[in-house]
Amino acid sequence: MTDWIDIADLNDVPKRGARVVKTREGCVAIFRTGADQVFALDNTCPHKQGPLAEGIVHGASVTCPLHNWVISLETGLVQGEDEGQVATYPARVEGGRILLDATFLRARAVA
Amino acid sequence: MGDTVDPLSAVAALPRDAEICGCNGISKGQIEDAIAAGSTDLGAIKATTKASASCGTCTGLVEQVLAVSLGDAFVMPTAQPMCGCTDMTHEDVRRMIKSQRLTSMAEVMQECGWKTPCGCHVCRPALNFYLLADWPLEYRDDPQSRFINERKHANIQKDGTFSVVPRMWGGITNANELRAIADAADKYNVPTVKVTGGQRIDLLGVKGEDLPAIWADLNAAGMVSGHAYSKGLRTVKTCVGTDHCRFGTQDSTGLGIKLEKALWGSWTPHKVKLAVSGCPRNCAEATCKDVGVICVDSGYEVSVGGAAGMDLKETEALAKAATEQEAIDLTIAFVQLYREHAKYLDRPYKFIAKFGLDWVKERVVDDLDERVALIERFELSQSIYRKDPWAEHAAEKAESYQPLANLTLEAAE
Repeated sequence: MTDWIDIADLNDVPKRGARVVKTREGCVAIFRTGADQVFALDNTCPHKQGPLAEGIVHGASVTCPLHNWVISLETGLVQGEDEGQVATYPARVEGGRILLDATFLRARAVA
Repeated sequence: MGDTVDPLSAVAALPRDAEICGCNGISKGQIEDAIAAGSTDLGAIKATTKASASCGTCTGLVEQVLAVSLGDAFVMPTAQPMCGCTDMTHEDVRRMIKSQRLTSMAEVMQECGWKTPCGCHVCRPALNFYLLADWPLEYRDDPQSRFINERKHANIQKDGTFSVVPRMWGGITNANELRAIADAADKYNVPTVKVTGGQRIDLLGVKGEDLPAIWADLNAAGMVSGHAYSKGLRTVKTCVGTDHCRFGTQDSTGLGIKLEKALWGSWTPHKVKLAVSGCPRNCAEATCKDVGVICVDSGYEVSVGGAAGMDLKETEALAKAATEQEAIDLTIAFVQLYREHAKYLDRPYKFIAKFGLDWVKERVVDDLDERVALIERFELSQSIYRKDPWAEHAAEKAESYQPLANLTLEAAE
């Protein structure tokens, strides 16, 4: 069951950019692509815990600001020869507002 | 190369456990194994082993390992494309931007046949620089195409916090500034306060969301961004010169401050560091800087292309200036020539190696009209960029440094 909660206006996140949402279990990064797709991922690179929300967003990927690991926003999978995966969360845009699924965020706190 | 030993045989003689890439800890044996598994060019070695994929200093060594392993099958690459998004080199793209009057990133990607919808972390920062350097009035800087340090005007650290370095013109400060820095260190719980190599004070470990507030406090004490994070003018180091030193021949501190006030805020292909020494004893270590000035009794010796980082290089003489103004003019003209022609992420010594010191001297020293034109073009760009980004962000963009939402107060289930 989903429990969509309203987070912010889409325009509060720059195109090809990201902002973070604070949760009790650390930050979730909300990404907005050049094509206005929105994705939610843990704000932590599997390599050395770099803050992904500070990375450069290109296509549907983000490059970690610490050591240039490239992560798919769609799957959370690390691209190229590096290995790892970042947890992703359901996110959508409705009426120009960004919505996150609270059920998943809570599940994350329990996990 | 004056080496008597053939570099290839030196590399061939290295044991398999010899470290080639110091950033990622990759040995010669790991590279050889990757070559045996089918990675037969530099790009593939970077992708499969990470060797030379960080600072890049070992690129030549990796290519030599490839050459030794593959023999005639390895062709030393001549011109590398900018990145995987395009087949064009930096030089090709820059030529297109100038000759076709391409004034936006979308136009560049369209005209140069980009294969990706919006570039990548390699090409976008380079394109952003080329466009703002070539079309300062037409092009609008794109923060989303900048590395985080230049987007947030602070240096990201390994734990995601930032470092804050206020500008100290020519390395001069005073009791009021030091009090404000100390107050800021207390107020924002700064864990480490460090003196930098460029005669500044670095506040390390500042939280991203505190940046606009700490900047506002430092601004209130009269300080501006030190641009310690930028591919731009960093610092002008000075000695105390004739103000205090019994050996000083000129006002090296004053000249350093004038140079810094002229150049600050400018974006360049890579970082730019200057120093001015008041006599040939060279206490400001000017001869390993991008531009170094040594004051002598008869004037100012301006030299360029020094380095003391990945490579160690002494500056080469550009010209002798009779007056302080001429030393400033030569410096600005050189920096503008570098901005207009260098490949992104080439420091001035690499730019000079590619174009030749004589080519640089013809334009900056010999041709007085060209010198004036270079200075005019620099000033045009500075009419946009010579301003304090900290004040601007603290006043207009502070909200973007805060979390989008805070769910930590949500009622627990």
